[in-house]
Amino acid sequence: MRIRLLVAALGFASMAFQAHADINVGVTVSATGPAASLGIPEKNTFALMPTTIAGQKINYIILDDASDTTKAVTNTKKLITEDKVDAVIGSTITPNSLAMIDVVAEGETPMISMAASSRIIEPMDAKRRWVFKTPQNDAQMAVAITGHMSKTGVKTAAFIGFSDAYGEGWWNEFSKIAEARKIKIVANERYNRADTSVTGQVLKLISANPDAILIAGSGTPAALPQVALKEKGYKGTIYQTHGIANPDFLRVGGKNVEGTWLPAGPVLVASQLPDSNPLKKSSMAYVQKYEAAHGAGSFSTFGAHAWDAGLLLANAIPIALKKANPGTKEFRAALRDALETTKELPGAHGVFNMSFVDHLGFDQRAFVMVQIVGGKWKLMP
Amino acid sequence: MDLQIALLLGQDGITNGAIYALLALALVLVFAVTRVIFIPQGEFVALGALSLASLQAGKTPGTLWLLLGAGIAIFIIDGIGAIKAGALHRFPKIVLWNLAYPGITGLVLFLVKPAELPMLAQVMLSLILVVPLGPMIYRLAFQPLAEASVLVLLIVAVAVHMALVGLGLLFFGAEGSRTPAFSDAVFEFGTIHVTGQTFWVLASSVLLIATLYLFFERTLYGKALRATAINRIGARLMGISTIMAGKLSFLLAALIGAFSGILIAPITTIYYDTGFLIGLKGFVGAIVGGLASYPVAAAGALLVGLLESYSSFWASAFKEVIVFTLIIPVLLWRSLTTHHVEEDE
Repeated sequence: MRIRLLVAALGFASMAFQAHADINVGVTVSATGPAASLGIPEKNTFALMPTTIAGQKINYIILDDASDTTKAVTNTKKLITEDKVDAVIGSTITPNSLAMIDVVAEGETPMISMAASSRIIEPMDAKRRWVFKTPQNDAQMAVAITGHMSKTGVKTAAFIGFSDAYGEGWWNEFSKIAEARKIKIVANERYNRADTSVTGQVLKLISANPDAILIAGSGTPAALPQVALKEKGYKGTIYQTHGIANPDFLRVGGKNVEGTWLPAGPVLVASQLPDSNPLKKSSMAYVQKYEAAHGAGSFSTFGAHAWDAGLLLANAIPIALKKANPGTKEFRAALRDALETTKELPGAHGVFNMSFVDHLGFDQRAFVMVQIVGGKWKLMP
Repeated sequence: MDLQIALLLGQDGITNGAIYALLALALVLVFAVTRVIFIPQGEFVALGALSLASLQAGKTPGTLWLLLGAGIAIFIIDGIGAIKAGALHRFPKIVLWNLAYPGITGLVLFLVKPAELPMLAQVMLSLILVVPLGPMIYRLAFQPLAEASVLVLLIVAVAVHMALVGLGLLFFGAEGSRTPAFSDAVFEFGTIHVTGQTFWVLASSVLLIATLYLFFERTLYGKALRATAINRIGARLMGISTIMAGKLSFLLAALIGAFSGILIAPITTIYYDTGFLIGLKGFVGAIVGGLASYPVAAAGALLVGLLESYSSFWASAFKEVIVFTLIIPVLLWRSLTTHHVEEDE
């Protein structure tokens, strides 16, 4: 009995000691399940992040939520109550991130999401105070696409997207902004990520005869409609979203995706950015680090969202440390305040300028138009 | 919808339906012989296609490690069993199939450059890698439970499915692959283009179905399988090994699955988890046939393919809903028209 007490006491002491000495960052990523192609590079990125910031050791506790909303919530609860983390990074996808908001607000822990939808941080309220995100909003990317469409004289457009939150989100933004720009939408179709054929949808798109078609999918599944469109002889311009920006899309799409336009974070074409670009240095830093660990051409823009989350924390932690000790409620609040006051921080995807109402803080420097030329991403002015 | 679109959709539906039909046949076969509702059937589609894709990319397919691992596991289990039973004469056979076969396959992969081989050799190599996994899975997961209830077997089948999907992610990563078409030929019928691959799919399906028919009607092994399907105990009394029947049915299921995967890999992108949905649609077809009738199952699967194709044109957002809702009227109709016989379990 006495020994057991002693062990328990020692255990407690060591835990308390650890809580004071180290900063714990809880991470939940979708490294398996439907979003695995996004989650795996994110997970890989955490291994490249700094292990000490301002003299404090940083522990990253990484959990997999299998692209499942319930699992993401369970992970977040576990990270906050058991591991007593100072900040949560995650999750990879929008539904998971939305579900985590309640948990982090209750636990008064700042959270940085790596998912795209603007609903994660808008409209700002008492709960979303605690929530930040690093990927560009769909709306910003939709503006980039429709802007390019009107510039190149596209009058009619068609849309095909995933039949999930990603496709719906894009449809909402795209249809709204296209209408404002006087681009007529003549067809609107959905398909599933796991579909083996999209012939029906593609025939319907082609029979509407649009000048351009936007495909809203992510990763290699976004190649399927485009290949089908080419096979059925569609000659118009094809736009994709930034969700496709990984090397596997080029591998699977091959010749069929030549000439595709997409908006993307500058990191996708980091080496082609002019030296005057404020993001050249910060995005090259990530690309070089990732490729050194995983081989040339291996980096994807998704991992860069995780990297940016790490940069935000690395920038905010020294400020928060001046106010309180890690592991305390005060430290988490100070960290949140510090994140909100991030100014002119260049990341891999854009320059962060946070404010009370804007917990992303990107401007037009956070996207570029890219075309697939000769099987490679090419920066277009 | 004009005639041309209707024809294109029909062509697409029949191509997919042919694959679903093959899988439906495999499901009926496995269920009839072993009473296992073989959920992992679709996984063989993905494993076959992705093994071929990684051979073509010049990588070692992860399925090789699965083959080696399963072989070693069976060697240990069967080896101990043979020693306990004092049946040392069984050893050469155990070593041959569980250690030598995977070992030699691995050696071949190591020695030749698979990426430079002709397409046919790559296809054969993928089949050599994936097909033996069928009987191996039967040996490891189902043989010890051969007498268990249908429900227990179903639960084990779900577990095997989960394990294979997880391994698929580990071996091949989250992103999909496509393989080049068997032929680049395009045939024109009036205004309709039909690709060579479509012909390959249809011809291979018909050929495979015909071969299966001959196998069941004309060969001793085929007849043994049929006998086991009709009456397990009776078949055993006639000297048919139910273990052999089980392994053989799983071998055929794996062969059909892997070959289907290789057939459709040039048409669509295959992911580590694509197989499940394809298998499920084959399952709907098999249900139409009451998990018993081969021709009705094949027709049902064809119906699923066509329904899927036309509904993707009319209401793409509800395609899966329409396809899987088909199962409800079918079940109603079957339960009203067939006389239920209580199974003795």
